[in-house]
Amino acid sequence: MTPLLSVHGITKHYGTHIGCADVSFDLYPGEVMGIVGESGSGKSTLLNCMAGHLAPDAGAVVFDTRTDGPKDTVTMSEPERRMLGRTDWAFVHQHARDGLRMGVSAGGNVGERLMAVGERHYGDIRNRATDWLDRVEIDAGRVDDRPTTFSGGMQQRLQIARNLVTGPRLVFMDEPTGGLDVSVQARLLDLLRGLVRDMGLSAIIVTHDLAVVRLLADRLMVMKSGRVVEAGLTDQVLDDPQHAYSQLLVSSVLQV
Amino acid sequence: MIELKNVSKTFTLHNQGSAIIEVTNDVSLKVSAGECVALTGASGAGKSTLMRMIYGNYLSQAGEIRIGDVDLVRAEPREVIALRREILGYVSQFLRVVPRVPTLEVVAEPLRAIGIGAEEAEERAQSLLAQLNIPQRLWSLSPTTFSGGEQQRVNIARGFAHSYPAMLLDEPTASLDATNREVVLSLIEAAKARGAAIIGIFHDEAARARVCDREIDVSRFTPKAAA
Repeated sequence: MTPLLSVHGITKHYGTHIGCADVSFDLYPGEVMGIVGESGSGKSTLLNCMAGHLAPDAGAVVFDTRTDGPKDTVTMSEPERRMLGRTDWAFVHQHARDGLRMGVSAGGNVGERLMAVGERHYGDIRNRATDWLDRVEIDAGRVDDRPTTFSGGMQQRLQIARNLVTGPRLVFMDEPTGGLDVSVQARLLDLLRGLVRDMGLSAIIVTHDLAVVRLLADRLMVMKSGRVVEAGLTDQVLDDPQHAYSQLLVSSVLQV
Repeated sequence: MIELKNVSKTFTLHNQGSAIIEVTNDVSLKVSAGECVALTGASGAGKSTLMRMIYGNYLSQAGEIRIGDVDLVRAEPREVIALRREILGYVSQFLRVVPRVPTLEVVAEPLRAIGIGAEEAEERAQSLLAQLNIPQRLWSLSPTTFSGGEQQRVNIARGFAHSYPAMLLDEPTASLDATNREVVLSLIEAAKARGAAIIGIFHDEAARARVCDREIDVSRFTPKAAA
């Protein structure tokens, strides 16, 4: 089987400081991988390098494109990469307002991504937008309201709808449940899990919440000071961590 | 079906003075299809550890753990994931679920994961829940608020939803009343009859005597203190 995403030696420096160093892994279709580590460990830098938001200093991010097969997204042309970002890739930001257009209605936010890939029929766009609002449990009556009138949890769900409407194959998520209260988090996790299973999505989730990765991720990578210190099956890394830092991380979780 | 060859495991506690704890040493055992083997030994002897090593959430330092044609010690994460989806089932002592998900879906999920349609999966889930005496009015609720015994039965229903060729059972009859204990034992017997290889931990001696074909005392794998 061809990996959907194959990352080789991604390295990014900020001046003399290491953002992330020599990260490599393969992600296969349908797999969900979690990246955990303390803040400053380089997990967001890595995610942004993979998603094309930051240019890595070295390394390759090879994506199995629908038309041309495996292709390095770091060296591909800007328009090509942007096209990927609108079709097969999706990026869920920690703060919904970074991923939404706050001045446009909820329906418009979802419809915009459809229009970006060539949809022109207003009725179709509106129907699909309403359908997606329903899937992420936003009342259809709110389709014409702006996200500024939504709660934090609703904004996050709207961002997910906007990202998934074009049927991407790979979703990058940066702390998708960060900043939400626990009951809303649970609801969002349940939603994400259902979507991942039903749409056969692959996903890379950056988080510092070990409970989130336990529920969502098949595989886990632990980062410290820009490097991957341990990687493996999620429950193996959480139940039997091998590296000193992973052991510290797992044993530091408060029991409720 | 399940075969262990010279498997060893140590825990290294880096943050507690790098203490190295040897847990099991040179384990070799074999369980064939249709056979149920009990792991015995005093508390702390390493029964659950050995079981988790076979499930792959504990890493073994040496040896070979073969389930079907996969060697768990050396397998890639995605191979282990596929193995757990299709071949290897595990009924743990505790139910771990996503909050808010209804019981019926929790039980049907392993079937959905192998591509069985929603309707068929739910039918199977319903029949298992009914068999294990979970009242129908609870099926649409999340099991997070259920009593310990109810959670345990939901866990068993989930574990037996798919007919795994290899199964690991950690105290499946603990905290169950006589009626439900009987149901669980008959589920185990049915699994054996269809050819599943089973490894179990049973503190309930009568249950052990009834469903298990032989016993393996894990304390013989416990490393002796260096002389």
